[in-house]
Amino acid sequence: MSEKTVAAISTPSGEGGIGVIRISGKEAIKIADTVFKAANGISLCAMPGYSAAFGYVYDKEEQIDEAVATVFLEPKSYTGENVCEISCHGGQYVTSAVLRAVLAAGAQMAAPGEFTKRAFLNGKLDLIKAESVMGLISAKSREELRVQLAAKRGKTSEEIEKIEAALLELSADFAAYSDYPDEDLPELSADNFFRLINFAEAELGSLLTSFDSGKILREGVAAAIVGKPNVGKSTLMNMLSREKRSIVTDIAGTTRDVIENSVSFAGLNLILADTAGIRQTKDAVEEVGVELAKERISSAQLILAVFDSSDELDSNDKEILSLLSPDNTIIVLNKTDKQPKIDKAVFGGFKTVLISAKNGEGEKELENAVREITAADKINPAAALLLSERQRDLVQEAHSAVTEAKNMLKSGFTIDAVEVCVEEALSTLYTLSGKRVTNEVADEVFRRFCVGK
Amino acid sequence: MNYFAGNFDVAVIGAGHAGIEAALAAARLGQKTVMFCINLDSVGNMPCNPSIGGTAKGHLVREIDALGGEMGVAADKTTLQSRMLNLGKGPAVHSLRAQIDRKAYTALMKHTVELQENLILKQAEVVSLEKGEDGWHCITRLGADYLCKTVILATGTFLGGKIFVGEVNFSSGPDGMFSAEGLTDSLLKLGIPLRRFKTGTPARVLRSSINFDVLEVQPGDEKIIPFSYKTEKTPENTVVCHISYTNDKTKQVILDNIHRSPLYAGEIEGIGPRYCPSIEDKIMRFKDKQRHQLFIEPCGADTEEMYLQGMSSSLPEEVQIQIYHSIKGLENVQIMRNAYAIEYDCIDPICLNASLEFKEHSGLYGAGQFNGSSGYEEAAAQGLLAGINAARKNQGQEPIVLSRSSSYIGTLIDDLVTKGCADPYRMMTSRSEYRLLLRQDNADERLMPIGYEIGLIDDATYTEFLNRKSAKESEIERVRKLTLSPNAAINKKLEELGTTPLSTGIKMAELIKRPEVSYFDLAEFDNARPELPYETALKVETEIKYEGYIARQKAQVEDMLKLESRRLPLDVDYTEVEGLRLEAREKLNKVKPENIGQASRISGVSPSDISVLSIWAQKRRMENK
Repeated sequence: MSEKTVAAISTPSGEGGIGVIRISGKEAIKIADTVFKAANGISLCAMPGYSAAFGYVYDKEEQIDEAVATVFLEPKSYTGENVCEISCHGGQYVTSAVLRAVLAAGAQMAAPGEFTKRAFLNGKLDLIKAESVMGLISAKSREELRVQLAAKRGKTSEEIEKIEAALLELSADFAAYSDYPDEDLPELSADNFFRLINFAEAELGSLLTSFDSGKILREGVAAAIVGKPNVGKSTLMNMLSREKRSIVTDIAGTTRDVIENSVSFAGLNLILADTAGIRQTKDAVEEVGVELAKERISSAQLILAVFDSSDELDSNDKEILSLLSPDNTIIVLNKTDKQPKIDKAVFGGFKTVLISAKNGEGEKELENAVREITAADKINPAAALLLSERQRDLVQEAHSAVTEAKNMLKSGFTIDAVEVCVEEALSTLYTLSGKRVTNEVADEVFRRFCVGK
Repeated sequence: MNYFAGNFDVAVIGAGHAGIEAALAAARLGQKTVMFCINLDSVGNMPCNPSIGGTAKGHLVREIDALGGEMGVAADKTTLQSRMLNLGKGPAVHSLRAQIDRKAYTALMKHTVELQENLILKQAEVVSLEKGEDGWHCITRLGADYLCKTVILATGTFLGGKIFVGEVNFSSGPDGMFSAEGLTDSLLKLGIPLRRFKTGTPARVLRSSINFDVLEVQPGDEKIIPFSYKTEKTPENTVVCHISYTNDKTKQVILDNIHRSPLYAGEIEGIGPRYCPSIEDKIMRFKDKQRHQLFIEPCGADTEEMYLQGMSSSLPEEVQIQIYHSIKGLENVQIMRNAYAIEYDCIDPICLNASLEFKEHSGLYGAGQFNGSSGYEEAAAQGLLAGINAARKNQGQEPIVLSRSSSYIGTLIDDLVTKGCADPYRMMTSRSEYRLLLRQDNADERLMPIGYEIGLIDDATYTEFLNRKSAKESEIERVRKLTLSPNAAINKKLEELGTTPLSTGIKMAELIKRPEVSYFDLAEFDNARPELPYETALKVETEIKYEGYIARQKAQVEDMLKLESRRLPLDVDYTEVEGLRLEAREKLNKVKPENIGQASRISGVSPSDISVLSIWAQKRRMENK
């Protein structure tokens, strides 16, 4: 694998304070040394691992930038190979120029996901950790970052290993049972079978649940702001977005289309849709907007239903209320800066928050409400979580095999058949962690990595 | 002063269980074969337990039989008592075990060998093996030079054999035979590294000195299933075995004298079998265990010698006496032959191909304990394949390599040549990942077509097999289609069996899938049921009841075959494959796996190494296109 030395820009494209060009492979340090001259005159090749030098990057004779080169020697590096990272100034032009110099010096362009692929192939990461690297890179919210970090540190792998150990113990008990009929072993205790199998089943079950709860962290929450015209939906949208995304006027029906914005709020990635105010209207264009808004009510995972607290409920409000469910709706009573007139009793059963979108009041309360209603507050970001469909499918497969084994034991099926299911579960978990690797699995995981990571 | 003693196609050195199968197979495949034995009275000897079969070993015997080997036939003809072990634990682990009249077995085997066309049996010690331009020279102590195209080493515990009893030790083969000396040097000269393994055997005691009144009796099975598919006259039980247990006193004697064990004193360098430990090993290793079971087994129909299974020892003779006397029923037992440990030379089988031929020495094969295994059945299985493959090599045919998913024999050989062995290798059901497919009852379906193809199964036997198979298949088909309607009688029966009565009609096959119900239970509600041999009926039951799980395991086999089908070149220097870890490079170079699947089973080769290897192999294929 590592016969080639590869390089890529490892920081996102675009403007940035620092840009990093990572070079990995047998010749990495030598190649870096031809483009980088340390200010103190020491060759990179003479430096120990985990050390850095300040200096200048050259393309042949021409000085491109000043930079810091960090040297990692195999196997103590991210990829397990020799690695040199050149940290230069950020920006498209400079980083590209440095990369061009590195490629001219003998490195090849890294394929998508190649650094992590190499790390995996060199035994630095198991498959679950490798997948979480991909998650880390694309993390869109604080919470997601935390769970991906936990997975990268091996929380999920640890959990899987515990389950594997229980199933292995079970399998060993079965083997002793049939391989040593002469050994006068105490009849295998069914208690121990069930203890192990119940443990495996429960742990796999909670991993599966974690996938569902982790989903909102990975994929974000589709949220819709709804309400009758002019209750302050767009003001709320702008408050949450921290920018003027929607046009705000005093004219009812200003927002006619659905305006979407992805915002980080309450530790989550909300895919927020500002909708047209819902009311009886004769304006054909506005009516289409109203229909779209109603559609959002049925499709969104989270609804922020905005009402004007300084006004009494009218027929439009009541119609909207009739479309909502307390399970996924937060009643946002806006305009608390004005005299309250609304009768809060009609929102019985709904989670209700008072805000003034205009003054930015009540944001904390709204944040808490969002976390509660999405159950984000229940997710322990330090716990093991499944982060991809691949992981979920395999855990699901292992879970059903274990459940079947348990039912077979209960109904008195012979051990040799029960074992088929136990071993199927084990082998599925080995596939999950990459202990039993297949090309298809590896390719699938790395296909999704972007260059440089 | 050597003289030329003749040209042969195949030479077999050693006439134990491995040698016999090797020589018979080669001769039956038309090869002019010579088999050497240090003493012709030890052909097919059972120097340890007077029994054949046991867990997983019983499977091996049936597989040997299905391929056309001799062990099962001879065992059936000399059976004193037969039991199917693990009944109630499921068909995958049912294993046949038979007490054998060891003298009768030896006599029968020797006679079979003597009668075999193309096969010459010689009492001679081969002291030198030399590679010549025209073949292998097997030179005996008396100077006879046999020139052979292929040679099979099946030296058992004879090669460099050394016996230990307490502080006493001396050069010797098993059972008072001479050890084989000389050949060791000759193998070392060829560059074959040898190492020392050890094994042991318990005492033989006088029947009349045992107090049977206080012992548990272990009778044989009422319905006996023979090992061999060819056996027409089902063996009968003529003896019983007995069970006793060690106790605190036994433990104390051993603890007081453990310093006198040559193993604990460090005199034995050989590594003993982990799964067949001596009594002192058991006591030392499992200190918390209150007692260990032992079986008292007759050695034959016309001898008073009794074998004490589970009580092998290398402690001094006087300590052995104390140990045996501490056991209930053996208080006054008279030892006729003492227990001993024996150390011998063997190879690390990693230097063999899957055909059991040495990687570095064309035409040279190893089988049995010489390859690092333990047990008669393991030896016979390897002997059979080595014999077949030596013959096929001479005939210019591809070797027979059985897959892990086809058989315990395939699993055994794959384990040996891929993983090597750190201690004498014993077959166990847990060594197979496909237990439910590799049942003792379907060894014929798995292997007889291969045995027929090779030429060791005759037409009559094969035709009978095909008939048996089709009878089974049509019965399964019938039972699948047959609907049972609810009625008082059937529901009464189902309730008796502890399962839910019927409320609507059900296919009989579905009912058999319930764990509580067997094919036999439903006979009275099935007027059209054909008269089937007991074994065939058992197969019908198993294949219906376990249908779903058998199918699942077959799916797992498919998965593995994908890896097995990705071949690796044999002429590679793995130190030059970039990305492999150092240990993996070394191991891969030693084993030279034939495919990715085999590579993945090598210890020290990690999944990430396998990924590197897969990608490397893929690239290499693309480059070669």
